[in-house]
Amino acid sequence: MSALPPYATTGQRVWFYSFRVICGLIFFFLIAPIIVIIPLSFNAQDFFTFTPEMLRLDPEGYSLKHYRDFFSNDSWQSSMWNSLKIAPMATLVSVTFGTLAAIGLSQPHVPFRRAIMAILISPMIVPLIISAAGMYFFYSRIGLQGTYLGVVLAHAALGIPFVIITVTATLVGFDRSLTRAAANMGADPVTTFFRIQMPLILPGVISGGLFAFITSFDEVVVVLFVGSAGQKTLPWQMFIGLREQISPTILAVATLLVAISIMLLATVEMLRRRSERLRGMSPS
Amino acid sequence: MSDTTQNGPVLAADGTPLKRSLAKALRMQKIRALMLIAPLLLFILVTFILPVGDMLFRSVDNRIVQEVLPRTVDALESWDPAGSDLPDEAVFAALAVDLKAAAEIKVHTRVAKRLNYENPGISSVFRKSGRKIKNWDVENEGPYKERLIELNDGWADIELWRTIKTYSGLRTIGYFLNAVDMKLGSEGIEVRPETERIYNTMLIRTMRMSLIIMVSCILLGYPVAWLLANLPTRSANMLMILVLLPFWTSLLVRTSSWKILLQQQGVINDVLVWIGIVGDDNRLVLINNELGTIIAMTHILLPFMILPMYSVMQTIQPTYLRAAKSLGATNWTAFWRVYFPQSVPGIGAGSILCFILAVGYYITPALVGGTKGTFISNLIAYHISSSGNWGLGAALGAILLVVVLLLYWVYDKLVGIDNVKLG
Repeated sequence: MSALPPYATTGQRVWFYSFRVICGLIFFFLIAPIIVIIPLSFNAQDFFTFTPEMLRLDPEGYSLKHYRDFFSNDSWQSSMWNSLKIAPMATLVSVTFGTLAAIGLSQPHVPFRRAIMAILISPMIVPLIISAAGMYFFYSRIGLQGTYLGVVLAHAALGIPFVIITVTATLVGFDRSLTRAAANMGADPVTTFFRIQMPLILPGVISGGLFAFITSFDEVVVVLFVGSAGQKTLPWQMFIGLREQISPTILAVATLLVAISIMLLATVEMLRRRSERLRGMSPS
Repeated sequence: MSDTTQNGPVLAADGTPLKRSLAKALRMQKIRALMLIAPLLLFILVTFILPVGDMLFRSVDNRIVQEVLPRTVDALESWDPAGSDLPDEAVFAALAVDLKAAAEIKVHTRVAKRLNYENPGISSVFRKSGRKIKNWDVENEGPYKERLIELNDGWADIELWRTIKTYSGLRTIGYFLNAVDMKLGSEGIEVRPETERIYNTMLIRTMRMSLIIMVSCILLGYPVAWLLANLPTRSANMLMILVLLPFWTSLLVRTSSWKILLQQQGVINDVLVWIGIVGDDNRLVLINNELGTIIAMTHILLPFMILPMYSVMQTIQPTYLRAAKSLGATNWTAFWRVYFPQSVPGIGAGSILCFILAVGYYITPALVGGTKGTFISNLIAYHISSSGNWGLGAALGAILLVVVLLLYWVYDKLVGIDNVKLG
């Protein structure tokens, strides 16, 4: 299917190449908007398009001025630190609870498994604006609205479905006789968990954690409602910037975020391959 | 052989019947599994399910009228709203007492705001009277009917009393009726006049645009998924990165990128002018309208369409297609009658996923949609954070939630929520 057979007719040849071109254009549509902001972020002018100097590849046309602005501007810096304070805590909470529950869910006999699963996955399904509004009312009532803890709990809830999904997927390939063997040799359940099960499902746990991290790091609707000025995160600051007066500093921030997502994607892909390899080795 | 045959139940090593021993072990296993799940379940219930439930309850909650005007509501019990007479002196006297008490703790504005949603104009009557009535002696300075009407002739309007009477219950469907452009009149449910209908338009627009986005995702996603599924693994993995990178990139990065590209002075218009398709003086308006939302959201949701399609297409044997062709089918027939039907589950899964995500979108429409390209979510956000009409926001939210949950249920039946693949 992938290569053109030698006996293909002219019509088939034309179709084959035009199909490739169509696919190429769709890939271009997918990737171009992300790539194009990288050179634009080095613009020496405050424009959002390529200047003639940039097109001539003149070094004069490029500068790091927007990056300098990002690293020296107080509101951008404080929002970055807020994001870095909130996302890891939220990730920790969702990974801890999520992994335990995923292990429970993958036991052979769990009553009401479907119903429990539906409840645990629901933060991913319910439209964000509904979650945000609900949390806003409820958290204000119990005094969590506008606090660091409130935002962390809200983000942890949003990240949990991702942890559950990735960890249960890893546990499907887990060989149960390994834990039985460990118990047989005198290991108590806690030792068995940390020495046998955890190392084997670690790739799934880490990629679930990365999903939870990016969910929190990228989240803006819930934090807009649950947070107050003291919890202004990076996406929040970007949202305001895009809505009111758009400053080219946003391009520098966007480029940095793209770099972060490339790193996360590489890590998750690596972990996925590793987990597939591990699974291939264990007898099933 | 005969040695192993026993009468009575089979016993375990410790002498208990094996059946009971097994049941006990099974019960222990279940309890252990539930103990592991319990902390998370509790966490989600408190941080997520309760808040959403609490908000949904607001869409029918109407306690405010009875709380602030308890005596008036009692006195209105015997009044017939269908008649043409104003309520009698007893009702007005009760209102004077209620209003004075409410004005002293400044809650009369809240009930005024509530009733104003149903009958615009009530708010000012309550506010103006509330300010004056604080100095009245409401025990023995009657008759209150004349005095109140003298204070503000709004009290002589029978429509005002009908509104109070209609909305005196603890629960109301008024918000839901508002959310579908109807209202609860004194004669029952009626449709709002044409000029006041906005929510149905909004709901229909959300659905229509989500459908357009879904269809464009199918059209763009199908060829790509086919290519990925039919290339050798190595090159497919390389191309897969081009699909996964947008998936992992921050939503705000992608939205801001579109906002910059689609501007009238942006890169796309520059390129079009440079090629000569578009004149410099009539650059295309690509943003702050429906088109902007559709372009940006198609880009954002496309990976969610490609990934499920790809995983289904991977399982389709290429030999079927060859068999069809060797039996005399043309390329088109072989594709349409053999390949396409097998790929339908992938299209279904991707479409539902895209539609669920699109219907509830808030950020992207808010940033690139202008006024013409916003969704129902934006309206909910407006009612929750700006207008303060929480009940209406909650009712719109409940309608949106029902739509999403229905689709989710279909998705669960079709694909199974356990089979969702990430990355």
